[in-house]
Amino acid sequence: MIQHTHYQLIVVGGGPAGMAAALAAWDEGLTRILVVERDFMLGGILNQCIHTGFGIEYFEEVLTGPEYAWRFVSMVHDTDIEVLTDTMVLSVSEDKTVHLAGKKAGFLVLTADSVVMATGCRERARGALGIAGTRPAGVITAGTAQRYVNIEGYMPGTRFVIIGSGDVGLIMARRMTLEGAKVLCVVEILPRPGGLLRNVVQCLYDFEIPLLLSHTVTDIRGRERVEEVIVSQVDGNRNAIPGTEQSFSCDTVLLSAGLIPENELLNAAGIGIESSKIQTSAPGIFVCGNALQVHDIVDNVTLEAQRAGIEAANFVGCL
Amino acid sequence: MFDVAIIGAGIVGAATAYELSRYNLNVVVLERENDVALGATKANSAVIHAGYDPSPGTLMAKLDVKSVAITKELCAKLDVPHKQCGAMVLALSDEEVEIVEFLYNQALENGVKDTHILSKEEVLHLEPNVSRDVAAALHAPTAMIVDPWEYTLALAETAMRNGVEIRFETEVTGITSTERGYKITVNAAETVETRILINAAGLYADDIHNMVAKPDFTISPAKGEYWLLDKSEGARVSCVLFQCPSKAGKGVLVTPTVHGNLLVGPGNIPAMDKDDVSTTADELKYVRDTAKKSVPEIDFSAVIRSFSGNRAQTEHSDFIIREAAPGFIDLAGIKSPGLSSAPAIAKMAATMISDCGVELQEKESFIDSRRRIRFNTLSPEQKAALIESDPLYGRVICRCETVTEGEIRDALLSPIPPRSVDAVKRRTNAGMGRCQGGFCGPRVLEILAKHYGIDRVDVLQDRAGTFVLTSKTKEFATTTTDKVSF
Repeated sequence: MIQHTHYQLIVVGGGPAGMAAALAAWDEGLTRILVVERDFMLGGILNQCIHTGFGIEYFEEVLTGPEYAWRFVSMVHDTDIEVLTDTMVLSVSEDKTVHLAGKKAGFLVLTADSVVMATGCRERARGALGIAGTRPAGVITAGTAQRYVNIEGYMPGTRFVIIGSGDVGLIMARRMTLEGAKVLCVVEILPRPGGLLRNVVQCLYDFEIPLLLSHTVTDIRGRERVEEVIVSQVDGNRNAIPGTEQSFSCDTVLLSAGLIPENELLNAAGIGIESSKIQTSAPGIFVCGNALQVHDIVDNVTLEAQRAGIEAANFVGCL
Repeated sequence: MFDVAIIGAGIVGAATAYELSRYNLNVVVLERENDVALGATKANSAVIHAGYDPSPGTLMAKLDVKSVAITKELCAKLDVPHKQCGAMVLALSDEEVEIVEFLYNQALENGVKDTHILSKEEVLHLEPNVSRDVAAALHAPTAMIVDPWEYTLALAETAMRNGVEIRFETEVTGITSTERGYKITVNAAETVETRILINAAGLYADDIHNMVAKPDFTISPAKGEYWLLDKSEGARVSCVLFQCPSKAGKGVLVTPTVHGNLLVGPGNIPAMDKDDVSTTADELKYVRDTAKKSVPEIDFSAVIRSFSGNRAQTEHSDFIIREAAPGFIDLAGIKSPGLSSAPAIAKMAATMISDCGVELQEKESFIDSRRRIRFNTLSPEQKAALIESDPLYGRVICRCETVTEGEIRDALLSPIPPRSVDAVKRRTNAGMGRCQGGFCGPRVLEILAKHYGIDRVDVLQDRAGTFVLTSKTKEFATTTTDKVSF
């Protein structure tokens, strides 16, 4: 038997965007709201961001990621917003039917008056960067490394080269150094750093970690684990300049070379997204947070998601 | 004392083990790696060739054509993802039409079924994304695509369920002939005795051969590099698109995969050594540029992985299949179409064993089926019923490919359980998607650690020595400061 239930709003994703959207819709007067989160608890990627710098704009305070998340988790708990964790949304259709599965929840087919997609983003992996070389263990995206270190308490390596100067990579350069590892350099293909200036200063300069601008990794070597990385300077067209190769002996390569909005559920349903627009091509289905566009700071995610929650509530009010 | 020992658990070794498991024989497979299909079988085009390509009269021509129908039946019986999507060889200039005509005649001579030549319009009707330069094409509807890992695994698993023993991390280091057969030294320590010895050692088949018989061939690995693209590009073509073959081989192909991705490759350059599966920027660029001649619109920004594999090329143009010494059978030099020919190679090996005087007596009960649960292929009703029967199928571990913890658990309880994160990927598709294990990797690692009762630092990414993690956090800071120079 498949259980069927109807909601005014289903929010897909229980990170900062999902929680803010649900709370805004609640404040607008919606009463039947469900937030679905695939992880074991609300908070999303903030739970592994144990560094500070969150909430400066929204709360006018300096918080860690888990602290920022917890403020919203508490607010959610103070409402009658329903939450399903350890539950995965399998599909969303244009008529706002949502299929989901969970170990405890079972298989559910839900319908809703409105849906907010707050599914976040994923990291660009090695394959997408097309870096040549062998394929040993020890090549890992910065966010995955962050999860291992901050949530699971494990080190993914001892000597690091970081590819890409996105914020996650910069933060992880400092984090690995604080944990006793050696970060040899951060390699950025562009002539300017990808992350926020404050992170370049606080995570690299303060720890004397070299930032190699206009450089790229041209070869990864090693059989079982990474053993060596070859870094070359690039020209104005981002092509490696022969003769500029430098070798770094290391056991780990961290990738921080871009975040990609995760919109697979919408894509699968043939629902389109217009750049920066909360409203999707399907009436009553909205998208916000890093699933819509990758934000530099979470405060902006919150503000955008609140607008999505209000739009969803208005849409339901208009039914 | 075994009746038959097979060296190598790639597609040839696994197919042979499966074939021999029909009979009342005591069979052992010796594999140097920690899983099946980790050599040439792991990285190739995943195509079952129709058989128009090899020269008439060669073993390659005979065994490939004979295998096509058997492979299709095997895949259906043993639950191996496959699709008979057909293949085309594109003539991309008027001059190449001659090559297509030559291949058509060769197909007829080799006994390949249903091939015909398509006009430019017919090609573009079937494959609208093919280059407008196309002048004609050979169409071979019997060609298939397959999942080469699950194919090998299914054969090996079925062989095991029928009594074959497979020993992993067991490297053959010496062979001596005895009165009754052969004595094999493994890992420079233990010995295994057998009447018949089968050399299915892939890239290392020359080394094994030379331990027993007079050296008369050398494997010079030829590297093929590939791009794998996201499912967003998976519908770009509907069948396997070859370019006209040249001296360098079958050329760069563009094909859908059974998992719905797009695969582009291979190149062809000499490998530095047998284990050299590194990719190179120049060769990957060559593959990309060459593929665009067939299908100009391929969006290479959708690449999710590049990889390379080695062909077991020898100085002989054909497969080397023979009794090289009494009771010692070479199944060597199995380059393309090796994956395609494996079932017929295995049957040929069985005949050769029988010719050696070993009686092949069929088992009374031969298990010849296999099924596994693939959550993401089920209907909503089936998913609901499955989760109700076992809630572990409700917990999705890999979000890109929708793989559940139940499926990973099933793999861990199967006859050849995965010993590494990549082995889980090869069995369940977890980590095969667009994030390439970024999200599910840590969870798969945790499941493996729990299942084997080991610490997470001891979990492998793939083969022996490929540890994912190096230590616990605070342990690292306190124990290794002396090794790190700041």
